[in-house]
Parts: sequence; C-alpha cells; structure tokens
Amino acid sequence: MNPQFFADGLLMGAMIGLGAIGVTLTYSILRFANFAHGEFVTWGAYGTLALTGAIGFAAGSDIDAIGPFSFGWPLLIAGLAAAILTGLLALALDLILFARLRAKGTAIIMVMASFGASMALRSLCEFFFTSAPRYYSRDIQIAIEILPGMRMTPDQLFMIGLTAVLVAAMHLLMTRTTLGRSMRAVSENPALSSVVGIDVDRIVRATWLIGGALAAAAGVMSGIVVQIRPFMGFDLLLPLFAAAILGGIGSVPGAILGGLIVGLAEAAAVPLIGANFRAAVAFLLLTAVLLLRPAGIFGVRE
Amino acid sequence: MSAPVLRIADLVAGYEVDVPVVRGASMEIARGEIVAILGPNGAGKSTLIKAVAGLVPIFSGRVHLGERDITGQKTHDLIRHGLAFVPQTENVFTALSVAENLALASAVLPRAERRVRLDAMYDFFPDLARQKALLAGRLSGGQRQMLAVARALLVNPELLMLDEPSAGLSPKLVELVFAKLREIRESGVTILLVEQNARAALAIADRGYVLVEGRNHHEGTSAALLSDSTVAELYLGSARRAATS
Repeated sequence: MNPQFFADGLLMGAMIGLGAIGVTLTYSILRFANFAHGEFVTWGAYGTLALTGAIGFAAGSDIDAIGPFSFGWPLLIAGLAAAILTGLLALALDLILFARLRAKGTAIIMVMASFGASMALRSLCEFFFTSAPRYYSRDIQIAIEILPGMRMTPDQLFMIGLTAVLVAAMHLLMTRTTLGRSMRAVSENPALSSVVGIDVDRIVRATWLIGGALAAAAGVMSGIVVQIRPFMGFDLLLPLFAAAILGGIGSVPGAILGGLIVGLAEAAAVPLIGANFRAAVAFLLLTAVLLLRPAGIFGVRE
Repeated sequence: MSAPVLRIADLVAGYEVDVPVVRGASMEIARGEIVAILGPNGAGKSTLIKAVAGLVPIFSGRVHLGERDITGQKTHDLIRHGLAFVPQTENVFTALSVAENLALASAVLPRAERRVRLDAMYDFFPDLARQKALLAGRLSGGQRQMLAVARALLVNPELLMLDEPSAGLSPKLVELVFAKLREIRESGVTILLVEQNARAALAIADRGYVLVEGRNHHEGTSAALLSDSTVAELYLGSARRAATS
C-alpha cells in the first residue's frame, strides 16, 4: 500500500480529533449528544472566510502569504476571531435553546432539538454564502516529500503542528488548572461539584466556548486543505462521534486518539476497498466499539 | 448562649410540591455542638439536610446560617458562607486523584491560604497524605469517607453537615470515622449529622432530634434519647439490625 495514505489519514485524523474534543466535552458535561456540533465546524470555516475577506478589503491591497504557506496573516487573525465567535455562537445556542430544555426536558428532547438547530444553522449558512464551494486561497502548493513515499504540503504540516499545540494546551488545561479539574468534576458528578463550590453553570458556559472554538479550528483546517461547503461539518458528524466514543466519552486524549484512528482507517480504506466506502468506515468502527468496548479506550465503565 | 450556628424554622421541602418529604421541621444547632438527626427510613432526614445544602427545593420555612438567611441559596455559594456538606454516597470524584479532589475544593479559599489548609488536612488525615496520587475511585470505603470529610473541612467551615457517615462501613471503620468527628469538634467545628445508626450517633452527639414523617417527633440530650422507651422502640431496633447486618 502506498504510504501516502498515512499522511492523508493523519491530517484527516487531526481535524476529526479537534472536532471530537468538543463533542466529548459536551457529551460528558451536558449529558447529551449535540448533533449541531458539526455546524460549529462549518460556521468557523465560513466565519474565517468572511473575516479574511473583510481584513483584505480594509487593508486595500493584496497581502502576501507567509513563507511557504498559501495564507497570510489575515487568515490567522480571522481564524482566531472566528474561533471566539463560534464559541459565542455555541454559547448563544445554549442560552436560547439547550438551557431551557435542560431545565425541564430529557436528554432525548435535547438531541432532537440539536438536530433542528443543526438544520437551521446549515440553512442559514447556505442562505448567506450559497452552496457553491469556496476556498481561502486558490494557489497551488507543491507537496514536499517528508518521508519516503509520503508527501505533504507546507499548509498540511502547519495544520498538524497547530493540532499538536492545541491538543497539548487542552491536555494541560484539563489536568493542571482549576477550570479543567472543575470540568472533569462536573462531568462525573454535577451535584457533588456544586457541593464543593463549583458554579456548574459557569463550567457549562466554558465548555461551550471551548468546544465551539476547537470546532472552528477544525473547520478552518478543513477549509484550507479541502474546501469550504455548507455541508462540511454535517458530513464530519459521524466521524466526530465515532472518534469521541472510540476514545472514551469525556477524555481529551481519547478524542484525539479516536480521531487519528478514524482518520487513518478512512484513509486506509480508500486504496483497500475503494473511495465509495470511505464514509462507511467511521460507522463500522463506531458499531464495533459499541459492541466490544462501549466505554472506549480511555473510558471508565460506570 | 450565642446565636445558633444553624436555625431551621418550619421547613417544608421535597422533590414535588404536592408531596413534600419534610413537612415542617424545626431545629437549632448551637456553636460547638454535635447534633444528630435520627428517625426511621423515609422520615425525611436526608431530604432535610439536602434541602439545607440547597440540593432539594424548599417550599416554605426559613434556614439561617448564623445571621444569614440561606433559604434557597445556590449550593455552590454555601461553602463560601461556611457551610460544608458531605453527601452519603458518591461523595468524592472517583476519576480525580486524592490530591486533585482536595485541590479542587481549595479553589474557594483565597490563594494564600490554600497551601496552609491543604497541609493541615494532610496532617490531620495522614492516610490521605500517603495516597495523594491515587485515584479516589481506588480508595477503600473508609478512606473515601475520610477524603470526603477532609474535603469539607478544608475550607474551615462554621458548620459541617454529614449525611449518614457510617453507611456501608464496617463497625470498626464506623468507630474510626466517629472518633475523627469528635476530634473535629474539639477543633471548634459545629457538626450536624444524619444517622440511621442511632446508637453510634448518640454516642458522640450532644443532642438529637428524632424526625418522623418529616416532622419533629422527639428531641433531647443524647442520654435522654437513649433512655427514652418510645425512641428505643422506634429506632434502636433499626440500629440493632444495622449492627448485625
């Protein structure tokens, strides 16, 4: 098999992993499967597109790309701003929809509501940006051979590096800070958390902000290396859940490892069984995990 | 006598407004006392203490902590006002280490005090100091109970409330936990505990309240309650059962 699949899988896995961190955190802290999470990926990508355009317009002239990359500093600034805005979007969605349902509803009602929210957000996206694919840059990049038989473009290498930094930062946040410990505490036992003095509502808000921002990062990555489409996040939903469940719900390292496994499996499936079956791989993995080890790799059996 | 640390007046509380579990309970806990709340299963003892802790809705009545009205206050604020609570079950975070459990609880303290209080707890519970890195889920039942108590004491509370601290522990461990509670009282902390194990509770308590069907039924000093025939008939039976099981 051509070793190139490994580079493709790694890249795909990094994207899935970043998105899956948000899924795994909302799942464990808010106790419901948020099917609108994919839309945060999409909105992050489009938000970055719109802001990059705005910065370019304000600057008035063409801004050069940085070094070997296809993008310049406007994309980095826009990406950061879009990540914050997507976090706020997630927070707003919680405020107007999920928080109300949480007060009286059951988990299944919230899951259904998230389906509705997903459709509404996607349609809004199509309304504003149309369904035609968009790109941050149309420049063609030359892939460099990083290992024998394995090529990656400078953009792709940057993405892998960025993912590694974000994951390390998340891991430190979860294990070394009061906020991270509080998030783990709330995911295990919300009532006890409030007894020890944790404001659970504040932790819920932090979770939405972080999950939304990381989803946006995944969206920008996907936009740079593939393309920007209104369905890009929705199509990623199944791999996201497969990765979160495979890694063990609530585990950040689990989500990223799950993402890499799903990404590599999908990439390996293309030469082995054909590109048509690529999407089925996440589904098969998900089914297998649920049957064989429902708690996931890092999960704790309840 | 100084103002009571805790004053509960005509408290009505429960999960549904049509069927309150606590139906008009009143009590006063003075500074430095150990007070036990006793009663048969379903008397509303745990619901009462959870309502005070803000975990169960209060429908009417008032709760005062010192001069402060804490009726219906958010649970996470109560610890900052000096009220610490140790739930009966699931009272430690099993996926966090012993050190993380305590560090998390110390976050409500001013930064400068955290280290001092943590060290004080490790001195007071040397068992925990030896197992800082262990996940709390891997501690034995008695050690978990100690961790839960240490977590509550860490913030130097005015009042320590415990829900059935003896539940699920062997008689030997019950003795150990109760001996620790006595030591804690000597350090100036007021203690309110709910207990099924009436004899063990009255052995360390100064006074007790007996709750039946969510209302005050009897109250008195531990000695008086132990020698009261009605109380003996109602509860010491269940204590005997608990001791043999």
